[in-house]
Amino acid sequence: MNRELLKFLVFSLLVLLAPLLFQGGYLMNVLVFVGINTMLAIALNLLLGYAGQISLGHAGFFGLGAYLSGILTATYGWNPWIAMPLAAVTVGLLAFLIGFPILKLKGHYLAMATLGLGIIIFIVFNETIELTGGPSGLSGIPNLSLGDFKFDSDIRNYYLVWSFTLGTVLLSLNLAASRVGRALRAVHDSEVAARVMGVNARLLKVQIFALSAVISALAGSLYAHTMTFLAPSSFGFNFSVELLTMVVIGGLGSIYGSFLGAALLTLLPEFLRAAHDYDIVIYGGLLMAMIMFMPGGLVRGIPDLLRRFAKRGRAGHA
Amino acid sequence: MQLDQLLQYVLSGLSTGAIYALIGIGFSIIYNATGIINFAQGEFVMLGGLLTLSCLNLLQLPPWAAVPCAVAAATVIGLLFERLAIRPLRKPTPISLVIITIGGSILIRGLAMLVWGKDTHSIPPFSGDEPIAVGGATILPQHLWILAITLVIVVINRFYFYHTISGKAMRACSYNRTAAGLVGIDVQRMVLFSFMISSAMGAIAGIIVAPLTMTAYDVGVMLGLKGFCAAIIGGMSSGLATVVGGLILGILESLGAGLISSGYKDAIAFIILLLILFIRPQGLFGKAESERV
Repeated sequence: MNRELLKFLVFSLLVLLAPLLFQGGYLMNVLVFVGINTMLAIALNLLLGYAGQISLGHAGFFGLGAYLSGILTATYGWNPWIAMPLAAVTVGLLAFLIGFPILKLKGHYLAMATLGLGIIIFIVFNETIELTGGPSGLSGIPNLSLGDFKFDSDIRNYYLVWSFTLGTVLLSLNLAASRVGRALRAVHDSEVAARVMGVNARLLKVQIFALSAVISALAGSLYAHTMTFLAPSSFGFNFSVELLTMVVIGGLGSIYGSFLGAALLTLLPEFLRAAHDYDIVIYGGLLMAMIMFMPGGLVRGIPDLLRRFAKRGRAGHA
Repeated sequence: MQLDQLLQYVLSGLSTGAIYALIGIGFSIIYNATGIINFAQGEFVMLGGLLTLSCLNLLQLPPWAAVPCAVAAATVIGLLFERLAIRPLRKPTPISLVIITIGGSILIRGLAMLVWGKDTHSIPPFSGDEPIAVGGATILPQHLWILAITLVIVVINRFYFYHTISGKAMRACSYNRTAAGLVGIDVQRMVLFSFMISSAMGAIAGIIVAPLTMTAYDVGVMLGLKGFCAAIIGGMSSGLATVVGGLILGILESLGAGLISSGYKDAIAFIILLLILFIRPQGLFGKAESERV
């Protein structure tokens, strides 16, 4: 059997069985967030790890998806199953349009422009009080349901969110292995060389930006319907940085790395409840340490480290 | 629309604009010497205000001694930042530099939160808070301090970069690092200098604005970003263009807040930032540069 497929099946099996370990309980709820954050980290990684384009505004797309879904269902009484794809498509279109001017920028400038975009979106969430409820938030968002089956408990939400997450993983693995994935890596390494080889780098970057926004918006919708309450503070600059940290810690250009980063950064604060005020110190320190000592992220760094130890061990014996 | 009111907006816009200009010049000094946008620049602004607070309250220094003491402390932190975070990078790419300076900014902010807590603090104004009437509008003495200090700093900067050996060496680095190295300029030292100068300038900006706006561990983010906007409008020059950029930004923001909506005040800077980046990434006054591969 294909090795990649095997890996994916093992991963899916683990996801399927995980609730058996944490029968109910508070941790189940955290695992729902791990799923949502994994989707977001993968979305950002497609852009940053594969195409080499940074975004510090992804919390904005996440929030747009969440609020569109939330407003359509809570205020206007739409069916969530219609609101969700509509939100995703709308955010995707917006990203596509904005992608053309914004992705003309490179490096630091792109980082600043996406950051600005994210902050503008955040300010709009806060200020359009009649739509979003402003700083006090939007409540009364319905759970998703299939017929009479309502996704209203942690365990049900877990399977709901993770089916989307697994779908995202599968899609991204396929994308990375496809012609498009190779073109993306070419753009990452040298945009000029890629263009010479006939890759429409400009369009490709915008497309991946839009796809990344669609996945983020979808994650946002899922967040809205599992939480049933939204407040702007979840979608600020800090969350964009948190997403960036997940991607960098897990490993740029690695789908499973994104899961690892998302899981670590979502679970860590739960276990470090006592160190609550220290968490931003830890995030900052982690980000810097990873870039300095493990630029490949955990997925590449840990095997590297083990190999180095193994080598040293052998040299010691000789 | 009253003319007095308009004048009032312009006057207060000018003084916040001067702050943005100082922060913006800090950005462009590092950018020109190294090609790095230092996302932690705003954190030095925050440090300026809070360190002064500690010098005043904890060390019981008089204000004239507290300010240089705070600036010196911030400069040392800037030095450490360059030494411990920027220099050790083996293969710096734009993305790894963005990430490491963001990491640095979060770390500094987090440490500041641990040291000074989450409360907002105020610093007494330098010379009272009796408003001075200007035409139909009023201006606080602190506004005058801000404008005067900005002016002095810009003049010193100009002198340093054009009339001293190390300033000229730093300019040489900004034109061509390799060539500067070849003629015997210690490029690494210039990089270190650039971080020190810009953290000192950031700190000064933070100190002179703190009596007006209060200060807290998290004020650096917004101020840093606005400073960056000013630098972008000025085309990343470390001189007058950035000052003009900052003043334009300050006035537009103050007018926008007064005439449109104060809630969207912060959005105005970012809309201007995006427009400039899209239409004239070289800044309002810069010449277009052809893309090098």
